[in-house]
Amino acid sequence: MFKRLKFKHDRIEKNVTLMLVLSLIVVAIGGLVEIAPLFYMQNTIEKVVGVRPYTPLELLGRNIYIREGCYTCHSQMIRPMRDEVVRYGHYSLAAESMYDHPFQWGSKRTGPDLARVGQRYSNEWHVQHLVDPRSVVPESVMPTYPFLAAREVRVNDIADHLAANKAVGVPYTDEMLAEAKADLITQATVDADIDALLQRYPKAQTGDFDGDPGRVTEMDALVAYLQMLGTLVDFTQYQAEENYR
Amino acid sequence: MTGVGWNSLLGIGILIGLVAAGRGHDAVFQTHGWVVLILCGIGFAYRLTRDTSSRTADDEVYFDGVVRAGVIATIFWGMAGFLAGAAIASQLAFPVLNFGSEYLSFGRLRPLHTSAVIFAFGGNALIATSFYVVQRTCRARLALGGLGWFVFWGYQLFIVLAATGYLLGVTQSKEYAEPEWYVDLWLTIVWVAYLLVFMGTLLKRKEPHIYVANWFYLAFIVTVAMLHIVNNLSMPVSFLGSKSYSLFAGVQDALTQWWYGHNAVGFFLTAGFLGMMYYFVPKQANRPVYSYRLSIVHFWSLIFLYIWAGPHHLHYTALPDWAQTLGMVFSIMLWMPSWGGMINGLMTLSGAWDKLRTDPIIRMMVIAIAFYGMSTFEGPMMSIKAVNGLSHYTDWTIGHVHSGALGWVGMITFGAIYFLVPKLWNRSAMYSARLISWHVWLATIGIVIYAAVMWVSGVMQGLMWREYDENGFLVYSFAETVAAMHPFYVIRTVGGLVYIAGACLMVYNVWRTILPPAHARAALHIQQPA
Repeated sequence: MFKRLKFKHDRIEKNVTLMLVLSLIVVAIGGLVEIAPLFYMQNTIEKVVGVRPYTPLELLGRNIYIREGCYTCHSQMIRPMRDEVVRYGHYSLAAESMYDHPFQWGSKRTGPDLARVGQRYSNEWHVQHLVDPRSVVPESVMPTYPFLAAREVRVNDIADHLAANKAVGVPYTDEMLAEAKADLITQATVDADIDALLQRYPKAQTGDFDGDPGRVTEMDALVAYLQMLGTLVDFTQYQAEENYR
Repeated sequence: MTGVGWNSLLGIGILIGLVAAGRGHDAVFQTHGWVVLILCGIGFAYRLTRDTSSRTADDEVYFDGVVRAGVIATIFWGMAGFLAGAAIASQLAFPVLNFGSEYLSFGRLRPLHTSAVIFAFGGNALIATSFYVVQRTCRARLALGGLGWFVFWGYQLFIVLAATGYLLGVTQSKEYAEPEWYVDLWLTIVWVAYLLVFMGTLLKRKEPHIYVANWFYLAFIVTVAMLHIVNNLSMPVSFLGSKSYSLFAGVQDALTQWWYGHNAVGFFLTAGFLGMMYYFVPKQANRPVYSYRLSIVHFWSLIFLYIWAGPHHLHYTALPDWAQTLGMVFSIMLWMPSWGGMINGLMTLSGAWDKLRTDPIIRMMVIAIAFYGMSTFEGPMMSIKAVNGLSHYTDWTIGHVHSGALGWVGMITFGAIYFLVPKLWNRSAMYSARLISWHVWLATIGIVIYAAVMWVSGVMQGLMWREYDENGFLVYSFAETVAAMHPFYVIRTVGGLVYIAGACLMVYNVWRTILPPAHARAALHIQQPA
């Protein structure tokens, strides 16, 4: 057998192109078999009610979360183990990150999981925690982020961000794109008329997030994002058995 | 590449830099425009002022200028990556070291550390050694003339753009694929040039067979190209802005990323460095490779199986179970070809084991292969779902990565550097064998401290998270588990510093070898460059 192997391998070893093509075929197989089915198998993403695209303010907050590398220490993926479900809540569903470009599941928990951190703490707690984590959690090793409160968000090109998301498959409507700038301001304004916003983005939380009602800061955006994490799906309505994969 | 080619390329670079600096939609994109503009301007000025009459390097049999530059770049970026690692390790032990600075916070420095070590240190080591090895094993000069220099400088530009981007907050948040779309595009161009140079040299070889080291280098180059292109597919918000959104979302994005991420380990940090092992270990030991058949079997099985292992990064997540199980099964199978490579490397020393006592470079290489064997056993073990349930999200993973990166990747590279430097600079030997010996032991002790501490803290962390009292309540709050990590984070930093101390000895040793003091230079009869 080895004699034949040697004979046949001789040909590959003497032909650069053959070696290149064979290597490429061999390394392509695994990915094709594992990844491609995820795009067409119906049961890859569970059927749930409530998951919607991010509001413009939440999307900006999410971009700040990504920019600061929060994913290097915080996961957003609760595994179905007893201790995790007790500590963080219902295990995460694929459907909950179906509009996440890119995903933020994370790989390390230097800090706790954040998949369901939304509405667990007050806005004031979040602001104080981001400005000085050790003032509310003495054991924390998190960096401080005071500069977020000092910097206003960029409003001008928010519709472009929604459009880019739409281009990769997030179901933003033309109306959402047209109203993106107004929705961004409305969500962070106290006592604004929020009916249209809530119709477009159900369960969106509104008001002043950072204690500075005069302007929309990066702190507003980040806290708005943190406060909506894990709040969209109503798990009293969720049928786990029907979604076994 | 010809002089005209270089001039027009730098001219285009200056133009692109001007447009990006002037019309960019965000501050980072403008800054990167300035970086490109200034670097291309310096290159252009250098070309204009250079005395072209003194070009003697082209007369060499082999094209080694780019290899020399690559060795220096490897050492430089290695030190940068190690120091960034020490900085973020200290930040986890003492959070005050984030200095409240936007640019120096852990979240931004961590990708700087990982990319500096993997791509800047590892990448330069791979490019430099592959250019050296492919010329020797083909008995042919590097193909396509100056394109090798384009690969080198293009790759350095990629590193500078990626690193400055991290500090300024530009990231796709995909681990080890953080650079944004425009930096990814640039790397793609450079990588295609790299493939062309490597393939071209293989094509004009004067040996009938392609040597085994080159199989690994070739598989590494072509697979990394595939992984890089697919995982970085994204939609920019604007073609004059830095932000983009990944083409994939949620679960599909997660598996694409870890298909990429695990094979960045499998092909960048394993296949490429196995290529290094297959040339430098036999050369240094002056022995042929142990088994030709084992090379064939382990090469094809390694590259086939590695690609499947990605899902083990997503155990118990929202990834469908069938994919997790496939990932686990293939990860366990991967143990065999990995150890095939280890055995082939170690057994190459049969009949030359006495060199372990006399040759510190061989000692460095053997310890590297031993760490390769250790971490390729640990990896399959951690991919078993029951083990992963405990280890995932903890420091155990960090310890595993570092026994591979510091032990295998770092030490095989140090071995190759010690082999290359005297040959490339025409010296009889390294300046000091004693310093190499010290480096071996400092590096080994540093890794052992690091890995052992991370095992203990990782397992402890995992157990604390899942500990219940008799009433069925969780015993520890998350904050308590963070506090428990503190002593381990301090000792881990010390382990890292010991490793860096060894690397500093290498820097000194290489420096003294290349530039001996004047009196020694006279004694060596080293000719001054004309």
